Amino acid sequence: MSMFRRRGDRYVATLAVDEVRVLRKVASEVVGLLTDGFDHSDPVVGRLFPEVYPDDSAGTAEFRRYTEGDLKTGKIDQAGAILAALPDSAGGEVRLDAEAAEAWLRALNDARLAMGVRLEVKDGTDLGAELDEAVAADPSSSRVFQLSVYAYLGYLQESLLNAMID
Amino acid sequence: MGGMAAPQVAPVETPDTEEVPASDRPWVTIVWDDPVNLMSYVTWVLQKLFGYSREKAEKLMLDVHHKGRAVVSSGARERMEHDAAQLHAYGLWATVERS
Repeated sequence: MSMFRRRGDRYVATLAVDEVRVLRKVASEVVGLLTDGFDHSDPVVGRLFPEVYPDDSAGTAEFRRYTEGDLKTGKIDQAGAILAALPDSAGGEVRLDAEAAEAWLRALNDARLAMGVRLEVKDGTDLGAELDEAVAADPSSSRVFQLSVYAYLGYLQESLLNAMID
Repeated sequence: MGGMAAPQVAPVETPDTEEVPASDRPWVTIVWDDPVNLMSYVTWVLQKLFGYSREKAEKLMLDVHHKGRAVVSSGARERMEHDAAQLHAYGLWATVERS
């Protein structure tokens, strides 16, 4: 797995072809979720756009009327920043300036939130144990793939954040 | 502050403040624990959005993690809604309520 490192005023990672493919897929899925697939009853949308007043649906609706459009646009742009910076088809180097790095950080977080809801990640979920269990049940299952991608995105996000904080 | 002569202020009749009207109580923005966000990311977001020191942001993050929630800002309702919207933009799970 690749890591981000700071080089001058850029954040750089060299991605393998599989990593490029996975990042393109998850970023595209986030865009799809926020455009054609947008549905408040989808628990993923519920997590990305939380009810600001859990006991006041009218207040929440009012808040959404004023904020949701910008929030949605921002999240689509963030995911777009991943797509824009990825090498074309093969693996290769990703170089991010400070603004793109922040967009990546936020977009990776959105993708992890979406996957975490789908995978039913809970407090105290042991990813390694979940993955072992899924592999034992069926090594070619979609759950094995999804868990691996989820773990990978967390690793990549943390390496980028560490490079930005250092 | 200090070093200036005390201004002449006429005593004002203060109302009985034992029961502050609900409409005067400040509002708070709350961040809730969630199993996905990295602890280091939550700390970074709180520093970035509110200008908190690393120590303060880390303490709030740990409160969220251990107690399930923490008040991260307080003030006028509109301000809290602004804060919550910003936190949502970063993927934190934030709500607004009266303190």
